[in-house]
Amino acid sequence: MRTFEYVVADSPAAARRLVREVAGARFYAGGTTLVDLMKSDVESPPRVVDISRLPLTAIELSGDVVRIGALARNSDVAYDPAVASRFPAVSEALLSGASGQIRNAATVGGNLLQRTRCTYFREARWRCNKREPGSGCDALDGFNRGHAILGASDACIATYPGDFAVALAALSAHVIVEGEGGERRIALDELYLLPGNRPQHETSLAPGELITAIELRDEPLHRRSHYLKVRDRASYEFALVSVACAVALDGGTIAAARLALGGIATVPWRSRDAEASLEGAPPGDAAFARAAEVALAGAHARPHNAFKVELAKRAIVRALRTVCGSSR
Amino acid sequence: MSSSSPVAGAAATIPLALRLNGRATTFNVEPQVTLLDLLRERAGLTGTKKGCDRGQCGACTVLVNGRRTLSCLALALAHAGDEITTIEGLAENGELHAVQAAFVEHDAFQCGFCTAGQIMSAVAVIAEGRAHSSDEIREAMSGNLCRCGAYSNIVTAVHAAGERR
Repeated sequence: MRTFEYVVADSPAAARRLVREVAGARFYAGGTTLVDLMKSDVESPPRVVDISRLPLTAIELSGDVVRIGALARNSDVAYDPAVASRFPAVSEALLSGASGQIRNAATVGGNLLQRTRCTYFREARWRCNKREPGSGCDALDGFNRGHAILGASDACIATYPGDFAVALAALSAHVIVEGEGGERRIALDELYLLPGNRPQHETSLAPGELITAIELRDEPLHRRSHYLKVRDRASYEFALVSVACAVALDGGTIAAARLALGGIATVPWRSRDAEASLEGAPPGDAAFARAAEVALAGAHARPHNAFKVELAKRAIVRALRTVCGSSR
Repeated sequence: MSSSSPVAGAAATIPLALRLNGRATTFNVEPQVTLLDLLRERAGLTGTKKGCDRGQCGACTVLVNGRRTLSCLALALAHAGDEITTIEGLAENGELHAVQAAFVEHDAFQCGFCTAGQIMSAVAVIAEGRAHSSDEIREAMSGNLCRCGAYSNIVTAVHAAGERR
């Protein structure tokens, strides 16, 4: 790892100033993404601002809003009864990710900002428009089994690899960000940017902005939620396909539905069209399969990942069966 | 009023005070030194292994304030004031920790390279109360890889050590 300047921030305002002062400076929270990328020279910040001791770890209830401090550790959030009981999909998503050791170090704010696992991004010998804008994309003609079938462009087909953000997307979470103009609250959907022709820009955060909290609303719909992760190994592996869903049933029909997909898109993929197709329908495979078709309608397969289209449809059906409480 | 700690330029060092296996120790480290490299190269505690150095194998697992974490992905300077426990710190008064004894009794290692990380991880898994069944143990320990494939005896050892509590 190249050396760098190391500073400890003693307040969010100090942290923002310290990062803005030096081009390329980075926040250090849990370190699980940053240190890894620094060892590969994908990231080589001249200054690292340690925010790991800032008092942003609380999980607080205020009315029907649950506010999770951005520096809370993945494991602490996943096991918190206030979170697990109200947002099972969120707890399940966190526990499906990484390993016990990584979950103890990784913060939920950092989790949102994790980088793609695309080999062509992570290894400097390959051409990558995300790592070096304009250089090209070796994934297009390369081994793209794990790459995106939704939200991609000819500049970038890298998959967003996280689980937590997919569950948050399904449950309409908001992210609290502190910046120059004070605090702003953005829908999780609005945090992530599609690659388009500028894949180096992954989020709508301005330089120096700091995520301070994540907010979720407690409601019956969110309490009946689920996260299904499909992957090559039973554990300690990124998703090939994942589904976060929630359903509210009213008598014999679906009153409301939420659906987001992971492992197959360049950003956490909320499927509002699929949700609309479910609302008003009786829960059952007919409705679930229709929702799956709608959700994958715009999918564009690459040479090595066409299997993801069918796999995603089946995963959607299975996840919806689970959350509706039936096995068929 | 300064709102940041002393800044280190390239190749300069920063004082670091932390507790290693119950003893207060101080170092002067460059920013890029990981907790793993601090333990092995500065503290002479080579029981913790560098398997992949990328946070993928779990061989570098240590306890930080009692919680298991990967030392290869942690900057040493970020752990000022913390209590670090390594494999060298498990035995008490010359007696093996229950998990160490179980690994010996159940032949839970072959080459031994992953073993320190497996044991540290297992200590934490048992303390967390997540070692009640083989399935639970396999899931909880999934971040510790073993290329010799000693998994089945590792699971048996963790289960046995957990029962002994």
